[in-house]
Amino acid sequence: MAHFMTLPEAVAQNLNSGDTAAFEGFTHLIPHAAAHEALRQRIKDLTLVRMTPDLVYDQMIGMGAVRKLIFSYAGNPGVGLLRRLRDSVENGWPHRVEIEEHSHAAMANAYEAGAAGLPFAVLRGYKGAELARVNPNIKSVTCPFTGEVLAAVPAIRPDVTFIHAQKADRKGNVLIEGIVGVQKEAVLAAKRAVVTVEEIVDDLSAHPNACVLPGWTVSAICLVPGGAHPSYAHGYYPRDNASYIAWDRIAADRDTFLAWMKDNVLDARPEDFAGRISHLRSAA
Amino acid sequence: MSDFTPTEMMTIAAARALKNTDVCFVGIGAPSSACNIARLTHAPDVTLIYESGTIGTAPSVLPLSIGDGELCDTAVTTVSVPEMFRYWLQGGRVTVGFLGAAQIDRFGNINTTVIGDYDHPKTRLPGGGGAPEIASSCGEIFITLKQSRRAMVDKIDFFTSFGHGEGGDHRARLGIATKGPTLMVTDLAVWRTDPVTHEFTVVLLHPGVTREMVQAECGWTVRFADEVGETPTPTELELTTLRDLNARTKAAHSGTNTGDAA
Repeated sequence: MAHFMTLPEAVAQNLNSGDTAAFEGFTHLIPHAAAHEALRQRIKDLTLVRMTPDLVYDQMIGMGAVRKLIFSYAGNPGVGLLRRLRDSVENGWPHRVEIEEHSHAAMANAYEAGAAGLPFAVLRGYKGAELARVNPNIKSVTCPFTGEVLAAVPAIRPDVTFIHAQKADRKGNVLIEGIVGVQKEAVLAAKRAVVTVEEIVDDLSAHPNACVLPGWTVSAICLVPGGAHPSYAHGYYPRDNASYIAWDRIAADRDTFLAWMKDNVLDARPEDFAGRISHLRSAA
Repeated sequence: MSDFTPTEMMTIAAARALKNTDVCFVGIGAPSSACNIARLTHAPDVTLIYESGTIGTAPSVLPLSIGDGELCDTAVTTVSVPEMFRYWLQGGRVTVGFLGAAQIDRFGNINTTVIGDYDHPKTRLPGGGGAPEIASSCGEIFITLKQSRRAMVDKIDFFTSFGHGEGGDHRARLGIATKGPTLMVTDLAVWRTDPVTHEFTVVLLHPGVTREMVQAECGWTVRFADEVGETPTPTELELTTLRDLNARTKAAHSGTNTGDAA
């Protein structure tokens, strides 16, 4: 049952050091505010899951909060590579994260299997692909009906999933609109789920087939306007592409990175996100 | 039109390969530019799909990411990511996958994972994303990239996405029923795969380009078709469409000032 609370309370109650956690969002609705709160609470030793780890996982890796990364595409989309991830994998700074690497198709199927309560996912994938050589969690099964050999990967079952959504109603039902990504599956696959929202409304005014997570599937809801920035919230504010471009320079140098993290994350608060999107709203 | 850059020629030549009836899975970067030029010129009804779930999208500016909001605003429909990969890609609904490449070999095998050893890489690249299954599930694969000896290598460091493997019938031997790479468009030439060996073969040189120039920027010994033609120069419509699109894109992506936080 969804409980309304502040983001610091929700993180403290639902995320522990050593957890397997997914902060999901496919370019859209990435829960930056929740991840920043996790860093402020100095939560460590996380196994982070996400199809498309971008800036926010770069930040968590650079701050030393991550033990293992399960992913399928780790880049700054349209800009380049993730420099903190590279520094960790290539140079061991601040330590070397363990890597479990998949394709998008496998990760999407694995989340769906997790939501469906299945132990593994099956797909026609990884044909000729070398990831199957370096990732022992990519195996194969033979179809009992046709004999076709198909790829199999374990279901993703996070201890906790964090997502950002447009709105919740006062009973805690959550509406996600636009590019919905894999967030519904990531929430239903997890033991606990925390949702930050742009606003809390009397009525979701949702289309009958809209992507709605009933309040009883969610552990906590936190009102954090702007909580996806510099990602975006469809209908509220656009993607702050200039910030994604700027990140490439900030993350290029360890000291610049640490200074930026102190100013913008460690010494900041969830309420600061509203100010970061005020200049973007007119363009939404 | 006589005045155009090699990159403009590459984008326009790549765009020409798409048909109005194609359903195309679009990679970000150079492929996205080519696919939208096709849509804005000779193929107005081409269906463009981005892996974020947007089907039949028609953005007015090129997206910086595969999930920019405008892709959703202009799409016929937007589906979840699991549905995208299961029903639409794996289900066999996509005729063309249009990919870029960090590193590629003569058989269209692509590496976007690591430079160097996987466990101790010299450069950790983003990884495969959707590409491993795009490469095996789309009807055929088009590739576009700028030529360089760093990108076009004799031996790739990691097989992220399988093209024709070691050539010949390697795809068939792995049970892959789709065609795989059939076309590569670079800033210097148009390449087609040989029907038997499946090695990329230069069939058209862009205007002003020589065989020596193509070889100078390619890490393997280039094979040329028996008759090599010249790529038709960009038309005024193609060139103005591309330049207008690039200008709109540049204005859009630099239009918002940088926020205090990323």
